[in-house]
Amino acid sequence: MSAHAIVEIRHLSCVLGGRTVLRDISLRVEEGETVVLLGRSGSGKTTLLKAVNGLTTPSAGEVWFEGRPAAQWDPIQLRRRMGYVIQDAGLFPHWTVAANVGLVPRLENWPPDRVAARVESLLEAVGLAPGEFRERYPRQLSGGQKQRVGIARALAADPPLLLLDEPFAALDPITRFELQRQFLHLRRTVRKTALFVTHDVREALMMASRVALLRDGALDLILTPEEFLAASTAEAKAFLASLEENWRQDERPPRI
Amino acid sequence: MNGRLASEIVSLSLEHLTLVAITLGIAMAAAIPGAVLLARRAAARRWVLGFANIAQTIPSLALFGFLLPLPWIGGIGKRTAVIALCLYALLPILRNTLTGILGVDAGVRESAVAMGMTRRQILWQVELPLAVPSIVAGLRIATVTTIGTATIAAFIGAGGLGVFIVRGIAMMDKPQILAGAVPAAAMALLADEALEWIERKLSPA
Ligand SMILES: Nc1ncnc2c1ncn2[C@@H]1O[C@H](COP(=O)(O)OP(=O)(O)OP(=O)(O)O)[C@@H](O)[C@H]1O
Ligand SMILES: [Mg+2]
Repeated sequence: MSAHAIVEIRHLSCVLGGRTVLRDISLRVEEGETVVLLGRSGSGKTTLLKAVNGLTTPSAGEVWFEGRPAAQWDPIQLRRRMGYVIQDAGLFPHWTVAANVGLVPRLENWPPDRVAARVESLLEAVGLAPGEFRERYPRQLSGGQKQRVGIARALAADPPLLLLDEPFAALDPITRFELQRQFLHLRRTVRKTALFVTHDVREALMMASRVALLRDGALDLILTPEEFLAASTAEAKAFLASLEENWRQDERPPRI
Repeated sequence: MNGRLASEIVSLSLEHLTLVAITLGIAMAAAIPGAVLLARRAAARRWVLGFANIAQTIPSLALFGFLLPLPWIGGIGKRTAVIALCLYALLPILRNTLTGILGVDAGVRESAVAMGMTRRQILWQVELPLAVPSIVAGLRIATVTTIGTATIAAFIGAGGLGVFIVRGIAMMDKPQILAGAVPAAAMALLADEALEWIERKLSPA
């Protein structure tokens, strides 16, 4: 039996402000799989996530979600089935951490005590002690704490698809590694399907079932992490070179 | 100060307050929904704000004069006064509500859409709450203006503290004028302070 595609992007192009930001992208994300979108800054990663979420209207092509074209979905229902971790968190400044995290369950009319319990366990899961953080406002959080609230918010209603836009970018390496491992564990245990954006090759290779490399808005290649290590396109080589450079620096710290 | 004057000050102050409260109630009921509608319509917004700006520049005594002979809304009495006062109170509330709604960070609005909130939910749960400090600031301007302008409304029979002033001018009686002007000024200052306090409470620190 062939795997079931949660998201299928078909010949998608996006023109924004006269610039072609995405060109002819085709990509399937199958159930339980994490496809990592890897690319330089400005390569169109965020735009692709927005197109999947319906925030950006494609100028050509289409997105299918759970076997139906996005155009046939009620956009509200479509978005509530996708947990979106927005780049730079995008929290609501007038709501506490608990209110931010509980948003989608509230919109879905969960009873208040079930929302509260869910918020509690999610805050634990992302490493924010509920007692300390529940009642804080976003302005009272550090960048990395905001990001973790954003992750908890995306997971809240247990959506079938996660869209993660550089979710671990503002974290210290220890917390980042912790959350990366938790994410891998989550994927194994509840088979989360995810589109995961990063510009960090190392993170891409760690998290990905498959790596989709974006270059100037076009899909350069899409390979498993093992295949990616041997990839031969110039862009893949450039990313792999940065990886080697990192390793070399790890072994021999630069002299000052 | 004799007892009769004191009790007249109290009763006219209450009448004044009622006039102001009715005016602000009507102005808010019109201006806030109006601003919500205009927030999504840039062209209509320019026209309405332009018109409201012009209305604001008409001297109040002249406006009362214009309204008096009109059928339905004209005539001596409270109704004409309230209509005129509303015209002045509308603009600051309308403009500040608009500023508040349009000032909501684009990223926050986009995030609300991305989470699957409907337009109505975005309006009630995100845009209006974030606009509240600005709306209160507009209400504060409108309140102070209305308390002052309402004294002039006594010329067309609106009652309130302006009654002392009209009478005082007619009889060249300075204490009478003060009996109207001082409580009105105190009322304006108090309202200003109270609303400023609320505004501060509601603004994110
Ligand atoms: N609304 C817009 N109008 C015009 N150009 C846009 C718009 N949004 C994005 N772009 C452009 O599209 C390109 C891709 O942007 P996008 O945000 O998708 O990049 P990204 O890969 O997410 O980058 P980063 O890693 O820096 O977040 C950029 O060159 C950007 O300037
Ligand atoms: Mg981006």
